[in-house]
Amino acid sequence: MTSLSRRALLMNLGIFFNSLVAVVLAFPVVRYLLSPVSRGRKDGYESWVPLGNLDQFPSGETRLATYRNPVVNAWDGDTADIACWVRNVDGKNYQVFAINCAHLGCPVRWFPQSSLFMCPCHGGAYYQDGSRASGPPERGLFQYHYKIDAGRLLIQAGEMPTPGQASNIVKGIQPCA
Amino acid sequence: MRLISSIGEWLDERLQLASTIRETAEHVIPRKTSSWFYVFGSAAFAVFILQIVTGILLALIYVPSAGEAWNSLQTLNHSVALGWYIRALHGWGSDFMVAIVLIHMIQVFLFGAYKYPRELTWIVGVFLLLVTLGMAFSGQVLRFDQDAYWGLGIGASIASRVPVFGPLTVNLLLGGPIIAGATLSRFFALHVFVIPGLLIAFVGVHLLMVVKLGINEWPMPGRLVRKATYIKEYHELTKQDGMPFVPDAIWKDLFFSALILFSLALCAYHFGPFGPSGPPDPTIIQTSPRPDFFFLWLYAILSYLPASMETPALLIGPVVGILALLLLPFFAGEGEKSWRRRPLAVLTVLLVAVALATFTHLAQHTPWSPVMDAWSGIPIPNQFLKNRTALERQGALVFQEKQCHNCHSLAEQGGKRGPALDAVAVRLTQDQLIRQVIQGGGNMPAYGKNLSPAETTALVAFLQSLHPAGQSPAHDASRTIALGAENRGAASPSP
Repeated sequence: MTSLSRRALLMNLGIFFNSLVAVVLAFPVVRYLLSPVSRGRKDGYESWVPLGNLDQFPSGETRLATYRNPVVNAWDGDTADIACWVRNVDGKNYQVFAINCAHLGCPVRWFPQSSLFMCPCHGGAYYQDGSRASGPPERGLFQYHYKIDAGRLLIQAGEMPTPGQASNIVKGIQPCA
Repeated sequence: MRLISSIGEWLDERLQLASTIRETAEHVIPRKTSSWFYVFGSAAFAVFILQIVTGILLALIYVPSAGEAWNSLQTLNHSVALGWYIRALHGWGSDFMVAIVLIHMIQVFLFGAYKYPRELTWIVGVFLLLVTLGMAFSGQVLRFDQDAYWGLGIGASIASRVPVFGPLTVNLLLGGPIIAGATLSRFFALHVFVIPGLLIAFVGVHLLMVVKLGINEWPMPGRLVRKATYIKEYHELTKQDGMPFVPDAIWKDLFFSALILFSLALCAYHFGPFGPSGPPDPTIIQTSPRPDFFFLWLYAILSYLPASMETPALLIGPVVGILALLLLPFFAGEGEKSWRRRPLAVLTVLLVAVALATFTHLAQHTPWSPVMDAWSGIPIPNQFLKNRTALERQGALVFQEKQCHNCHSLAEQGGKRGPALDAVAVRLTQDQLIRQVIQGGGNMPAYGKNLSPAETTALVAFLQSLHPAGQSPAHDASRTIALGAENRGAASPSP
């Protein structure tokens, strides 16, 4: 009887040792899995990226611009090339809109004739200042912060804007009625 | 022959499996269960085996790298001998598998097979449906083209709506801040290791329970399931009127599986592989992303949900749906099995089927999407330009130039986002037309800032000419009184 309980004790000890190792190993595993989150939250994914010289964006017009995402891996291929819409409002002020529809992220297209952005997926439409015109989006287009430095237009970019994201760079505009 | 049997005996002396396999194969089933209605589960299994084989074959060539995946699919399609056919088999296999799993589920539901003691078999089946859909979605991502790229964007946008954890969820889903290499790698791991592992485990448990608990008997109207007596009744049934699964019943499963696999092979040969569509380059924005067939219904729902309903519906809807399926055997675990005495069950299936079919059908035509090139690619039909004044024709030009045609159709051509305008003059008076064009509303953008007074006048004149011959356009009676009869004539040109 004593030897049996001794063996049971040894078995429980064995389970305990394995549980201990499991808990210890869980730390690196979870840390590894959370790497996309922890890396971005610590240093931030965003940084200033140039979109090109100001003369590429004539006054009163809205043009497509592309940039290489600042956070990139060698094997990302074309996926790290991101597009955005640059609106030169009056020669001094600019608006830089994310390409992603504020509804579910499809690429919006600019139609200069009707001064509307239209989304091909679920039919969202926005006015030239990015405010919501019609369709399912709950808000206007996402805008990047921009600055002008030595004749170049720079935006603060690095993370895909999504409707629920409280990202510090992508500011929203008040939705238009 | 003697050699084979002696090898077999040698193996079984060490494996000790032959008797277990024989017992399993020859387990007794109720005679009436050997029916053409009970063949869908085994057909789904057959397609699953095909998916494993073709999936491994594709993995020999496919490169799970954001920079190379699309190129490796092109190589599969064009350079590897019959690579296109293996891709077609895997793609069609996916559609076939989802379809058969759904049919299997409907059959099980209508035949009351989820009732005691097979509740857990049903619950595992619900998980099997979910992992099958997970395979279909992750497989669509591995076909790393434009549809996959923007489909991931939609997935991320939905995930971002989760309260508090939204942004974290997006980063975890994408493996980083944007859709890129890390995203494809993790979907590859999901599609090739994680979900298939779950699928195999669930299939194992599902089949084990089918064998241990016995297959559902043919439901007879009036024969009720009671927990106290069911097991005894089932054993009596199989004893009195049973037969071994192998070989008496399995031939129907084999015939049907062969038919399904043959149809699948034929579809793959005739229709070929799915895509890939354009390369996953997010700077190419001339694209209209579409999900694969079995997610089209969701695409339609996302277009029709009002903005205020969207986040709750997206986040709560799936939870409610899955919970309802999981809890079904606990609320209806006893009682009538036959669909003949369960009108509510039949109506539920019909309602869900009709709803899903309708949404799928709508998503194939996407009436909610503007036709992006209608303004430049689809001319206004002649009948709307004949015998019109110069002003009205100028208005027709404005109609095209300002892209009204992208959302409004004339003679069934053009966008379906807004109402057709063939007879708009009958519905709206001149004042109402002006107001609608300038201020928008009712889900139409306002064009006030974008139209000169001359353009508005011309456009409204054109719109007022849009009414059937012999039906006079709407007019404001008060205007006639206030401004005199001649003004009424000016507002409505003769047809």
